[in-house]
Amino acid sequence: VLNENILTLTTFVPAAGAVVVALLPRQGRIIQWFTLAVALLTFGLTLHLPFHYQYGRPGFQFEVNVPWITSPAIRYHLGVDGISMWLVVLTGFLAPLGVLASWTKIDHRTKEFYFFFLLQQTAMIGVFVSLDMFLYYAFWELTLVPMAILISMFGRYRGTEAAIKFFVYTFLPSALLLVGIVLLYAKTGTFDFAQLQSILAQNNSGLSPHALFWIALAFLVAFAVKVPVFPLHGWLSDVFSEAPTAMAMVVAGKLGLYSILRFNLGLFPAQARKVAPVMIALAVIGILYGALVALVQKDMKRLAAFSTVSSLSFCILGIFCFSISGVDGAVYQILNEGVTVGALLLLLGFLYERYGTYEISSYGGLAKRMPSLATLFVVTSLALVGLPLMNGFVSEFLILSGSFPGHAAWVSAATAGVILSAAYMLWMIQRVFYGTESTMVTKANTADMNPRELIAVWPIAILMLVMGVASPLWIRAINEGVVQLTAPAAVSMSAVKQ
Amino acid sequence: MMPVPQIDRILPELLLVITGVLIMLIEPVMPPRMTRKPIGLLALLGVVAALGASIWQLGLPPGTAFYGTVQTDAFSVFFHVVICSVVLVALLIAFDVFDGTKERPAEYYALVLFGAMGMCLMTSAVELLLVFVSLEISSIATYILAAIRKRSGKSPEAGLKYFLLGSFATAFFLYGIALTFGATGTTNIAEVAAMLPKSQTPAFATLAVAMILIGIGFKVSAAPFQVWTPDVYEGAPSPVVALMSTAPKVAAFAVLLRITYGAYPAIHEHWLLLIWIMAALSMTVGNLGALRQQNVKRMLAYSSIAHAGYALVAFTALSREGIAAVMFYTASYAAMNAGAFAVVSHAGGYDEKLLSVADYKGLAYRSPLLGGALAFFLLSLIGIPFTGGFFAKFYVFTAALHAGEVWLTIIGLANSGVAAYYYLRLLTALYNKPADSAPVQSVPRLNFSLSLALLLTVSATLILGIFPNLTLSVARAGAATFNTVSGSK
Repeated sequence: VLNENILTLTTFVPAAGAVVVALLPRQGRIIQWFTLAVALLTFGLTLHLPFHYQYGRPGFQFEVNVPWITSPAIRYHLGVDGISMWLVVLTGFLAPLGVLASWTKIDHRTKEFYFFFLLQQTAMIGVFVSLDMFLYYAFWELTLVPMAILISMFGRYRGTEAAIKFFVYTFLPSALLLVGIVLLYAKTGTFDFAQLQSILAQNNSGLSPHALFWIALAFLVAFAVKVPVFPLHGWLSDVFSEAPTAMAMVVAGKLGLYSILRFNLGLFPAQARKVAPVMIALAVIGILYGALVALVQKDMKRLAAFSTVSSLSFCILGIFCFSISGVDGAVYQILNEGVTVGALLLLLGFLYERYGTYEISSYGGLAKRMPSLATLFVVTSLALVGLPLMNGFVSEFLILSGSFPGHAAWVSAATAGVILSAAYMLWMIQRVFYGTESTMVTKANTADMNPRELIAVWPIAILMLVMGVASPLWIRAINEGVVQLTAPAAVSMSAVKQ
Repeated sequence: MMPVPQIDRILPELLLVITGVLIMLIEPVMPPRMTRKPIGLLALLGVVAALGASIWQLGLPPGTAFYGTVQTDAFSVFFHVVICSVVLVALLIAFDVFDGTKERPAEYYALVLFGAMGMCLMTSAVELLLVFVSLEISSIATYILAAIRKRSGKSPEAGLKYFLLGSFATAFFLYGIALTFGATGTTNIAEVAAMLPKSQTPAFATLAVAMILIGIGFKVSAAPFQVWTPDVYEGAPSPVVALMSTAPKVAAFAVLLRITYGAYPAIHEHWLLLIWIMAALSMTVGNLGALRQQNVKRMLAYSSIAHAGYALVAFTALSREGIAAVMFYTASYAAMNAGAFAVVSHAGGYDEKLLSVADYKGLAYRSPLLGGALAFFLLSLIGIPFTGGFFAKFYVFTAALHAGEVWLTIIGLANSGVAAYYYLRLLTALYNKPADSAPVQSVPRLNFSLSLALLLTVSATLILGIFPNLTLSVARAGAATFNTVSGSK
């Protein structure tokens, strides 16, 4: 029974929590504690998935499939495979950390904050587990709303502008995505992912190749904006520097990349191959451009934003080379990115709480005063630059080695990005934590990390190491998902099931 | 089968008129200092009775009465229910606003009821002359309502503007009817459709449709006949705008459906192009116009122009699916727009203190319920999933895509992306701190009638967004009363 309802529970427990938050009194830290409990409960529920995942079983697992709306035929169809399962777990993992990161920083309008925070969790998990295109789209659009409102409410200087920029940037291409979804439905009569997949694989959708190409492109653009893929990254640095930490941690990467994997690779493999040369070029440009721009940033949040552009472009590279190991690496990189950038943003948030600035030049010699923060910062940076034994190494290695055959020139260029990432991260560490102590650091004289902050970051630091040395734990399921998604045999399997 | 008594076919209209007349008779004999709330209650009762009667009409076998001028069927009942519900909400919004002020609330209540009667009759009339008469009844009531706040300068100005332009547009409508008679020798909608292929003067018929489209285009504020909308909405009292931005438009869309699909299906290639242009223009003009507005009521006025455009898109589908999509759209538009104006009306109070987007800053903290409700309606207007606005757009564009209108769909959806910008500006303002220099706004207190109005509109928008099937199946039944436009569809 639990296996059938686990996805529904995981998806809607945060939303139910949000409703309760709206009713709680604004007293003390009741709201924070409650949200933390909900987030932990959600995380616990997501952990059910990997423990009960059946290896070697084709198709989606933990499925629910009941009609929601009869006409058009929209079904409440949830399910996960090896890819989406880990993304759900990642979302669950980051939720309590987001609460801890906001614990003291969000000291006013807490009720509104945690209400939208929990709503955002529901929307994100919904995106990963929906197997009905329509339901998926509904959750996809819903992810924009709490995010935009929170950025606007808690922005540092120009929150509203950043929020609207973010919303319009992603909402406009989503409109075309909807056109694509509806066109597919108009011709095939179904929103169901598995059915669409088999119809498209057997090439009897009734749509011309030309039309299919445009639909696939509409999908791709909508997702690429959300990743963001160069040159559609205009919103990211503004959002990173304005958004509260808990929101910045989840805004980029996983939603868009997952969607590219699921739909562009799953539904439109031929069309994806057609645009692959362009996407690979954009990915490599993104890797280098992001790294180079990060190198000259004066603001740590903006540096994190461009570093994110750079490392997410690795995922695009891995996906569009179509080798199994490359795509495996891309999925693993999504997880790593979520974990590592999450940690980086948490640490930056702690610095900001103490000193009120992200300006690199204001800092200096911090390591003596805050040894544990410096340690964790260095660990996170090493994971980010892909040091062996850390998680980033595994995924970047898989991506680069998986995509090298056939794309040697591009991949060689991308490798330079790895070196550049080491340059900008280590240079920032050197300027912030070592060297002579700046006057600001001397004057402020603040304490090192408190237990709450340590509890928030240490699990991530350990996880980064574990994900580096025990990667098969994750990659086994991921690989099954990827093989199933890309192999034509799997397509006919699901066709038989239907 | 027993013949249906003729009176049954117009029962909701009768109830509305009787209540209106009663109110006009009671109010003069009431002591001047006495509260006017009982009158309001009577009006509410009348509307609820009309609502009940409309639903009861569903049990009647479909048919006509009064020499084939009035027809009750699933189509008319659908629109009756939508219109009566909106009127109910409009009365609830005004319940406390007009009480205790110098204006006579009885006037307001009676006019709303007469207007509602006209609108209801518009949706069940199948004789063009009766359509015209009922259109006039509803229009004249709304002209006066727009001007009801006599002591402020803007309200009478709005009323006058609305009246002048409105009567100009009605004249076009009347010309259209005259030309229809010239072309076919009849003004009965079903007979027009039957006579049209045999018409000696088909050019008249095309001209007639064009004229009628101008008249209706004005009523639903579709571009290029939309110029009056922002001025009138800005000047008229908010509770009145809640009514006139929704109910008359719903009724006008019903008339448009009856005329295009009921009377003129034979020449659809002519009106199709006109409606296509009106739809594309309305969406674009409305949304681009709204982008630059700082005044919230003007912004919502432009937004209503855009929404008229979205609804017109479904006309181009030329199918029952399209008709059902129009009907669904009007219902969900009515719910969310009336709701948004309910908040605007209450937050601004009688003097309409809150004008610009900046004035709405922090409303969600001063009153979480009001702010939350407005945020919800704005999300629905944007078309975020799990709200009525989303499914409304979804059905409209699905119908258009089925008919192969890919470009109109892309224009429409690109427009809804642009629209997100201005709705969000207001939405984010609700959750932002006001500027330090801004005067402290009082906290609007929620009273029972407004809470009820919000409850009705929020739950309607939510139900339309989560269980759209309920409404859609009724709309489909309504659409089934039409013969399809071309044989193949």
